[in-house]
Amino acid sequence: MLSIVQAHKGLLDKKFSALELAKDFLNKIKKEKISSFLSVSEELAISQAKEADKVIAKGKSSILTGVPLAVKDNIQIKGLKNTCASKILKDYIAPYDATCIKKLKQLGAVILGKTNLDEFAMGSSTENSAFFTTKNPHDLKRVPGGSSGGSAAAVAADLCCYALGSDTGGSIRQPASFCGVVGLKPTYGSVSRYGLVAFASSLDQIGPLTKTAEDAQIVFKAISGKDELDSTSLDSEKSDLGTKNLRIGVPKEYFGEGIDKEVEAIVKKAINSAKAEIVDISLPHLKYALAAYYIIMPSEASANLARYDGVKYGLSKTAKDLFNTYLKTREAGFGDEVKRRIMLGTYALSAGYYDAYYLRAQKVRTLIKQDFDKAFEKVDVIMTPTSPFLAFKIGEKIKNPLAMYLSDVYTVSVNLVGLPAVSVPVGSIGKLPVGLQIIGKPFEENKILEIAKIYG
Amino acid sequence: MISKQDTEHIAKLARLGLSQSEIKKFQKELSSILDYIKLLEEVDVSNIKPTFHPSEHYFESQSVMREDKALPQSPDELIKLAPDIEKRHIKVKSVF
Repeated sequence: MLSIVQAHKGLLDKKFSALELAKDFLNKIKKEKISSFLSVSEELAISQAKEADKVIAKGKSSILTGVPLAVKDNIQIKGLKNTCASKILKDYIAPYDATCIKKLKQLGAVILGKTNLDEFAMGSSTENSAFFTTKNPHDLKRVPGGSSGGSAAAVAADLCCYALGSDTGGSIRQPASFCGVVGLKPTYGSVSRYGLVAFASSLDQIGPLTKTAEDAQIVFKAISGKDELDSTSLDSEKSDLGTKNLRIGVPKEYFGEGIDKEVEAIVKKAINSAKAEIVDISLPHLKYALAAYYIIMPSEASANLARYDGVKYGLSKTAKDLFNTYLKTREAGFGDEVKRRIMLGTYALSAGYYDAYYLRAQKVRTLIKQDFDKAFEKVDVIMTPTSPFLAFKIGEKIKNPLAMYLSDVYTVSVNLVGLPAVSVPVGSIGKLPVGLQIIGKPFEENKILEIAKIYG
Repeated sequence: MISKQDTEHIAKLARLGLSQSEIKKFQKELSSILDYIKLLEEVDVSNIKPTFHPSEHYFESQSVMREDKALPQSPDELIKLAPDIEKRHIKVKSVF
């Protein structure tokens, strides 16, 4: 397992060149058995690696120069396909770079390819990809989690040094937990969303999946910051990195019904091993978070996905008039889960239901936020399991949408409130990893990652 | 339980072409998801303001508007992505 820090050291010590490193990963990707990549950008990787070797020879490298990464296929890289694992964007080529990609390119990154996801990042297993399901590297019969399952699996299988994902309700943290890697969902606004295909705009954030907490700090530093092209982006306020006199809040609501007892035991042991003050806290509105999320998220998604109309780009199935062109294009282009969420969101926003569903959910969101604000008066961080259960079997939940939605039960509240959170591996049951979620105050990414290092 | 007519109406609003079997399936699935969401009805939300955006409060005091200046960008690259174009125009089927 080659981390960013190790790769950087190897490049500086001339143990290998950036070109050798890129070729080594490209060869491994060609032989992969877990189907984590949707497309491989060999040409781009080779040219970036050659360029990186020149920069390294001049002694001007950054820590990311020549270090290969994989990118979730909903983050745009100019000139490469950006399918979102959807038939509607199967042949779509990105016309510009996402801001995070632009920043990584400037630092000399080497891009190996685009990774699999649930269609439009809607799902918790990659089974909703229109192309294929990614397998968990620890057990090929099981899912890698989702929606950033391709990115998490590629990092866990050592097919790249690190990867980018996106997290709307747990889509970085849950697959990180299932695959045994570190996954950071930054504070809402920390990382520019420019070039990330919009799903639920008040919840979406781009973040890193890495092998160590230190690597996550490196990538976060590289991609964060205010961007004129995303008006919701903000400059992160500097946070106190100190982990002394740490007070860890443990909300009782996360350890109730539905949690795998072995997962609970490992997570509790990990929390106690932090040698900090443990404070029992309560987030009384947490039990409403998933229901509020399943109104707010599809509402925003139904509006965002209206852009796939068969007119501007992507798949087009023409019919006798414009209305029927919309119907046919969207019928042929979208998969089951995407249609389900568009239907749900359209219903929640439609006349007569807006107050009962959408507005009520946004008010419940306020109450959840107040719960977290109150908790953070007493504690520095909150620790919970990332997922109530281990990586499940392929096919186990796909026929029951509600059972699949329950995978997100411990992660969605963080997106509703906009907080940073990281999933870090803290043990395993058999071959399957268990993740601990560390939730921080706004813009305290570095602090939660500093704490995550205890478990590295 | 939402009705078949409601389901068809939503599909039309969402511009989704759905087969009869899909309508039936979504009618059932949406009903069970909405049953779960009913949980929200037990929350007292009187006098609670909605939170539409997690960082609303950061933007109360600062403007996010940039200067109103044209940027040197050409739409050509974007127009080329359209499935049906004529010169620099995107062709669209008639509305009626």
